[in-house]
Amino acid sequence: MTAYILRRMLYAIPILIGVNLITFALFFVVNSPDDMARMHLGEKRVTEEAILGWKREHGYDRPLLYNEEARGLASLTDTIFFEKSVKLFAFQFGPSDDGRDIGYDISQRMWPSLAIAIPVLLVGLAFNISYALFIVFFRATYVDIGSVVLLVAMMSISGLFYIIGGQFILSKLFHLAPISGYDQGLNAWKFLTLPVIVGVIGGIGSGTRWYRTLFLEEIAKDYVRTARAKGLSERLVLFRHVLGNALIPILTGVVVVLPLLFMGSLITESFFGIPGLGSYTIDAISNQDFAIVRSMVFLGAVLYILGLILTDISYTLVDPRVRLQ
Amino acid sequence: MPLIPVVLWTDALVFILIALVAGFAAHAARHEHLRDPWRRVLRSRVGVATLVVLVAFGLVGLLDTLHVRLKQDPPSATGEVRYSPEVLSLLDLALSGLRERQEKTYSAPFATHLFVKESMNQPDGRVLRDYPRLEHGGAHLEDPARQRAWDIAWRSLLGLVKGLIAWSLLTAGILWLMARRQGRALSEVRDAILAGRTPIPWRTALGTLGVLLALGFVAGELAFKYHILGTDKVGEDVFFQTLKSIRTGLLIGTLTTLVMLPAAVLLGIAAGYFRGWVDDVIQYLYTTLNSIPGVLLIAAAILMLQVYMSNHADAFASLVERADLRLLFLCLILGVTSWTGLCRLLRGEALKLREIDYVQAAQALGVGHFTVIARHILPNVMHIVLITLALDFSGLVLAEAVLSYVNIGVDPTMNSWGNMINSARLELAREPVVWWSLAAAFLFMFTLVLAANLFADVVRDAFDPRLRGGGR
Repeated sequence: MTAYILRRMLYAIPILIGVNLITFALFFVVNSPDDMARMHLGEKRVTEEAILGWKREHGYDRPLLYNEEARGLASLTDTIFFEKSVKLFAFQFGPSDDGRDIGYDISQRMWPSLAIAIPVLLVGLAFNISYALFIVFFRATYVDIGSVVLLVAMMSISGLFYIIGGQFILSKLFHLAPISGYDQGLNAWKFLTLPVIVGVIGGIGSGTRWYRTLFLEEIAKDYVRTARAKGLSERLVLFRHVLGNALIPILTGVVVVLPLLFMGSLITESFFGIPGLGSYTIDAISNQDFAIVRSMVFLGAVLYILGLILTDISYTLVDPRVRLQ
Repeated sequence: MPLIPVVLWTDALVFILIALVAGFAAHAARHEHLRDPWRRVLRSRVGVATLVVLVAFGLVGLLDTLHVRLKQDPPSATGEVRYSPEVLSLLDLALSGLRERQEKTYSAPFATHLFVKESMNQPDGRVLRDYPRLEHGGAHLEDPARQRAWDIAWRSLLGLVKGLIAWSLLTAGILWLMARRQGRALSEVRDAILAGRTPIPWRTALGTLGVLLALGFVAGELAFKYHILGTDKVGEDVFFQTLKSIRTGLLIGTLTTLVMLPAAVLLGIAAGYFRGWVDDVIQYLYTTLNSIPGVLLIAAAILMLQVYMSNHADAFASLVERADLRLLFLCLILGVTSWTGLCRLLRGEALKLREIDYVQAAQALGVGHFTVIARHILPNVMHIVLITLALDFSGLVLAEAVLSYVNIGVDPTMNSWGNMINSARLELAREPVVWWSLAAAFLFMFTLVLAANLFADVVRDAFDPRLRGGGR
């Protein structure tokens, strides 16, 4: 087991190097640091000194890949590539373009993100699975057909409208929850209710449809027919046999998104004014803070790969047919 | 000539896409095994109904894709013909009434007065603060309070009648063609359709067409006297905006797949067919690209494009061209983030196919790799490609709205549902609420995406051999 996990981790290294190279190319080769400086300082009538000053302030005044002036190993380390890209591997994100420590900000902002993402995941999972089981129980009746139409319609509504509609109906018309904002500690719950409800409702369409397909696939299998043949009630068949076996793909589907929960939801957080990593990224994008966007790209990739590794491991844990080798 | 055609980059790609689709259709029409799944699509009621809706959207988008520049009069002093720098589409020209009739600011749907109060100088010198009349919306009415309801009802009825006439003419034409081809009497064909006894559910198709035509004509009749979906902050007609947004939505949904398709198909099949180091390299490539969160990759790429554009502002002849290039670039980068899924599917299928007897036999007989792929593998994975394209379309249309909200979508000057939502969402806090921009974007987007989703399901059911086998 340990050897397997270790090998999966080693596979991740070349991928992370690739991600790192892509971001480096995107942020420093496509546009030179001079272009970025000009953009930040206001596009026209920028003096050379101002550009140099901006670059020095943010550490972009080094050569890209190879420093001819430095000696020894420093000729490789005293470069933009090493300072801004290689150091990401050690999770040293450095300062953002307006001078704050990115690492500290991330460690502060991941908690509000999780406070939304985890309830949305758990409540959504419970609701979608129950609803899907309900549909499957009444399969090929009007309940089934009507539900599927409803689910497709819900899938066809942009997530933005769920948020706008939720804010409008629950907060503005009925004053049940604050429109946006956040509070420290336990007081946060009243700010979190609305985003969580909206997040769950927004996910019903695709989620329930997916689980319904899973259950229907499972129900067509031979062991289900055997269970029915030996006289089990439909309820027992569904809950004990079908649900149990369908949990394997459900579980692995959940595990792959677990690490990415840290990243938060871009749109939800910025609409509801929640100081999580999602709104952090959005703010960085609109302020054109390249340092933050670069860090988040790398962090996202790390978490995604972590998710893949966890999925593989969870497969071997829950599905006895899959063997480690 | 009073106008010269202009072909923007995205227009050219649309024309290529249409040519490809037409070529494929012509090819499929001659081969029974390719026609069969399409026949299944056309025999499903949901399939034809959604197809009619999608074609209607497509026609609006196509009209908006044919761009021209109008001749300017008077000609310059030297007598040479000059063309206006403004690039217009045929849709703009057809709806020039809507495009040009701007108000000062917000006005509600069917309103005759502005949404905000203004100070007006009375003839007797006093200043009155009230809602001023709109310059265009309902301007033909003398006493709006009394006449408006009747006027709207009368015009709707007029539009409905016109729509029904157009529909009857179209239907009669189709019936006549069918009767001639089948060599049956007209009444016989009509009865078969009315009873729903035709293999293709013409009743559903013509019914959908009738509803669309009626709605279209009523909207058209009203739109030239009122702002049927209100006006936005700068007084532009919202109905016009949302019609213009159709092209943006369709382009994002189709061009993205067009640009990603060659890479996904080629690499996916190559990985599965050749295995070994080719497989390793391609798998590494798509895992790496896939592991960067899509939104962030798009954000990074668009930010870089913005830096480039602001530093090379002279490289773009006009705002339209600049917005167009940004749209194209967005399609490209969306393609880069979304081709990996299809690539992985194709790889898996190619892995299976290469072990099948006829492929093994072809290899044993010394057929080259290229021929094997082109003749034996590619035709057998086309259904996966088609299903994926159909399923991806609606997701891409929805993605556009989200990306525009984050300001990394299409150019802010371009009409798109995302931009409409983005500029309207803050107005919800107003009292009374400015809801119509959101409602318009919602209505059109929902219709398009719902039709696309339903159609994609029908296509999947018709093309997927596993689902097809179970139905028999």
